[in-house]
Amino acid sequence: MEDTDIREFLDQAIKENEVMLFMKGTPEQPACGFSLRTSGALNALGVRYAALDVLPDPRIRQELSGLSGWPTIPQLFIGGELVGGCDIVMEMYEKGELAERLGADMPEDEDIEPAPAPGEMPVSNGPIPLENKLNR
Amino acid sequence: MPTTDELKQRIESALPGAQVQVQDLTGGGDHFRAEVVSDRFTGLSPIEQHKLVYGVFGDEVGAAIHALSIKTSTP
Repeated sequence: MEDTDIREFLDQAIKENEVMLFMKGTPEQPACGFSLRTSGALNALGVRYAALDVLPDPRIRQELSGLSGWPTIPQLFIGGELVGGCDIVMEMYEKGELAERLGADMPEDEDIEPAPAPGEMPVSNGPIPLENKLNR
Repeated sequence: MPTTDELKQRIESALPGAQVQVQDLTGGGDHFRAEVVSDRFTGLSPIEQHKLVYGVFGDEVGAAIHALSIKTSTP
C-alpha cells in the first residue's frame, strides 16, 4: 500500500466516524498506558467510537501525525476535528467536558479500564471494531 | 538522552516568561511530564496550547522523547 493510500484511508476514517480514536493496541487490549486511559474514558462514558490500532504499520503513525500536526498517540477526533491526546482527553473527562461534548452522562465512580471483549458489550455501547484495512 | 533541565530550558527559551516544571516520569530519560504556565496560552484551545509545547521539540517527540505528557495553563 502506498503512503498516499494510507493518508486517504485515515482521512476517510476521521470523516466517516463521529468519534474516532487512533491508539496503540485495541480498546480490548491497549498496548500503552496512554491509549488505555483514553479509550477507557470513552468506555466509561459508554459512547460508540471507532478505534484504529496504529502499530501494525509505522507509516500509519507517520501519516496520521502529518495529517493532524500532533506528534503522539493516542489521538481522539470528534466530528472530524482533533480533540487531543491522552492529557487533554483525560482533563476533559474529569471536568465532565468530554461527556458534555459527546452528549453522554458522566458515570459515578467509574474506573478507567479496557473495554470488555467483543460479545460481552451491549451492541449500542462501546467501540465499533474498525476493520484494519491497512493491515492487508 | 535529554534531561529534565534541558527540556525545561528549551521550553523556557521558546516561550519567554513561562514557568516550566519538567519531571522524568520513569527515570529512564524518555517519558517526561511538562507543566507549563504561560500567558502565551491565553485565548488558545487546549490543542493549540499543547501544540505550542510539542512544537519546541519537533520530531524528537515520539523518537528520543518517547512520551511527553503536557499540562498547560495561564498565569
